[in-house]
Amino acid sequence: MADRPITIREALSAALREEMQRDERVFIMGEEVGVWGGTYAVTRGFLDEFGEKRVRDTPIAEMVIAGAAVGAAMAGLRPVAEIMTINFAFLALDAIVNHAAKVRYMFNGQFTVPLVIRTTTGGGKQLGATHSHAPEVIFAHFPGLYVAVPGTAYDAKGMLKASIRDDNPVLFVEHSTMLQRRSPVPDDPDFLLPIGKSDVKRRGDDVTIVTFGKGLEWSTAAAETLAQDGIEAEIIDLRWLRPLDLEPVFESFKKTNRCVVVEESLPMFNVGAEVAARLQDELFDYMDAPVKRVAAMDVPLPYAAEIERMALPSPEKIVKAVKEVVGG
Amino acid sequence: MATDLQTAHQIDDTGIDLDDQTLLEMYWQMVRARRLDERVWILHRQGKIAFHISGIGHEGVQVGAAYAMRRGHDYASLYYRDLAFSLSLGLTPLDFMLAVFGKAGEPTSGSRQMPSHWSSRKLGMLSSSSPVATQVPQAAGAALACKLRGDDRVVIVTLGEGSTSEGDFYEGLNWAGVHQLPLVCLVQNNIYAISVPVHLQMAVPNVADRAPMFGIAGAIVDGNDVLASYCVMREAVERARSGQGATLVEAKTYRPVPHSSDDDDRTYRSRDEVEEWKKRDAILRFQVYLRERGLLDDDAIAEIEERVRQEVDEAHAAAEAAPYPPPEDTLFPVFAPDDRV
Repeated sequence: MADRPITIREALSAALREEMQRDERVFIMGEEVGVWGGTYAVTRGFLDEFGEKRVRDTPIAEMVIAGAAVGAAMAGLRPVAEIMTINFAFLALDAIVNHAAKVRYMFNGQFTVPLVIRTTTGGGKQLGATHSHAPEVIFAHFPGLYVAVPGTAYDAKGMLKASIRDDNPVLFVEHSTMLQRRSPVPDDPDFLLPIGKSDVKRRGDDVTIVTFGKGLEWSTAAAETLAQDGIEAEIIDLRWLRPLDLEPVFESFKKTNRCVVVEESLPMFNVGAEVAARLQDELFDYMDAPVKRVAAMDVPLPYAAEIERMALPSPEKIVKAVKEVVGG
Repeated sequence: MATDLQTAHQIDDTGIDLDDQTLLEMYWQMVRARRLDERVWILHRQGKIAFHISGIGHEGVQVGAAYAMRRGHDYASLYYRDLAFSLSLGLTPLDFMLAVFGKAGEPTSGSRQMPSHWSSRKLGMLSSSSPVATQVPQAAGAALACKLRGDDRVVIVTLGEGSTSEGDFYEGLNWAGVHQLPLVCLVQNNIYAISVPVHLQMAVPNVADRAPMFGIAGAIVDGNDVLASYCVMREAVERARSGQGATLVEAKTYRPVPHSSDDDDRTYRSRDEVEEWKKRDAILRFQVYLRERGLLDDDAIAEIEERVRQEVDEAHAAAEAAPYPPPEDTLFPVFAPDDRV
């Protein structure tokens, strides 16, 4: 069956629908998921199709959405909880970090916590500092929790299906400005992508760009500009911040000897810091230039469009960073 | 005060359906938890263990509540004072001793988690945590799972009155009310959140006064009366099991010892207050009641004490002699399935 081009929104919706049809232990809960069909319309039609037992609107209370998901998962169900934005997930931080991530270890494997928390991330929609940051990296800090950061419809579907079937808790982070992006996606109800595998999205010999989520879009645009100047970038899409798969990065770096990390995270203690540390640790002798990081600026994200744009990464910033590492 | 104490010395056995053997077993459970707890305090003062958080004083409400559940069938999401509760669900003194010594083979966590943070799939105990009240949303989620599956399990979640100041308490019980969940929330009100007295924690006289705001039932019980606690909890459990929703039960009790081995309660309350409460001790009151019913006499009490002492001695000795967890335990089991490759 030929792959059909669909949007990330449609891919997420298809993944959820297929997994709910496949396994009756899977249920959805969160604010707006039922009657309204989801803040980003991912669960539109689900209430009619699956009923209010399995599609549950909840009070605006992130702590209990996440905490109850932990309890329901420990009691044998497979909840998919939705939190409107990852910036509101701070209200549920204890349930996610202290419990979802740690229960398995703390109680010596007696309980698995097969839950998925779906949330959106990122700026660019003029929603201000408590709504628009991309702090996925904070959640990737903690062992016990997987963090998914898909950047295409193909990845979104295969990764979400794999997340729902997996026995570990997954924070599944969707970029709020990318839901209409389209790419070919298999219809196969058993189409799964492996958890914790990054993906080479573009081949090139001159520089390795490591990125994820919205960074993929910015990096792809930058690579097209760079190609006009004869610089071929290899783009590695991490897809998961945990498990973090840097093998393709190492392979690429052995060839390019140069690396730029692109992410929407804030600039301190971010993925770029981790990648740079790992590269100098593993491949010190291959380094021809410092590892450069392109990230959001070190401010709470502003509201006004012009200064919000200024604070975020962009293809121009990536082109500039690449030119610095390739040397003129 | 004298009159109150007189009344408080009594046990209310109205509506009790327990046979004599069960009553004696409940007494034994309370004594066993008390003596085990006392021994662990001594071990801490001897420098043999790192930390202890005590359940002394709470044995009445905990044993009453445990016996009101269908043990092994219903879920319990307990908090760190629930030693007597956990023992009543099937945890053993050896299990607890292995935990306080941090030894290999400790069944709830392999000594990865602090002692008194109860969890046991086998015994139906979910998880408990150091940041307080986190178990309430989780218990609500477990109750939702029971309801979605259509099984007849009930979830009992316990916490102290101090924990009811947390947002988790409100979010969890609001959820339980909205979704009509089979949940019983048992608050053991010992009138102190570590050092902070109850009047600085809340502006209503009773925790249970908050039940109407969640649209759930509320009840107050004398937590130092094991049989009254049993009765109120049994009613709440049956309400949950029959689909009539959640109950907030408040048991009034007292902790006559410090919050944990890390604080000195002489800094925040008078000795007179502690001594007054000790006269209303749950074990003493139950003992008087059982004597009056002719179920206990001096010999029988001594026999129970001796049996308990032996079990505590054996548990203590075995745990002290047990090996520490091997270094290779450190990194596992973080992820499912078995990541010990």
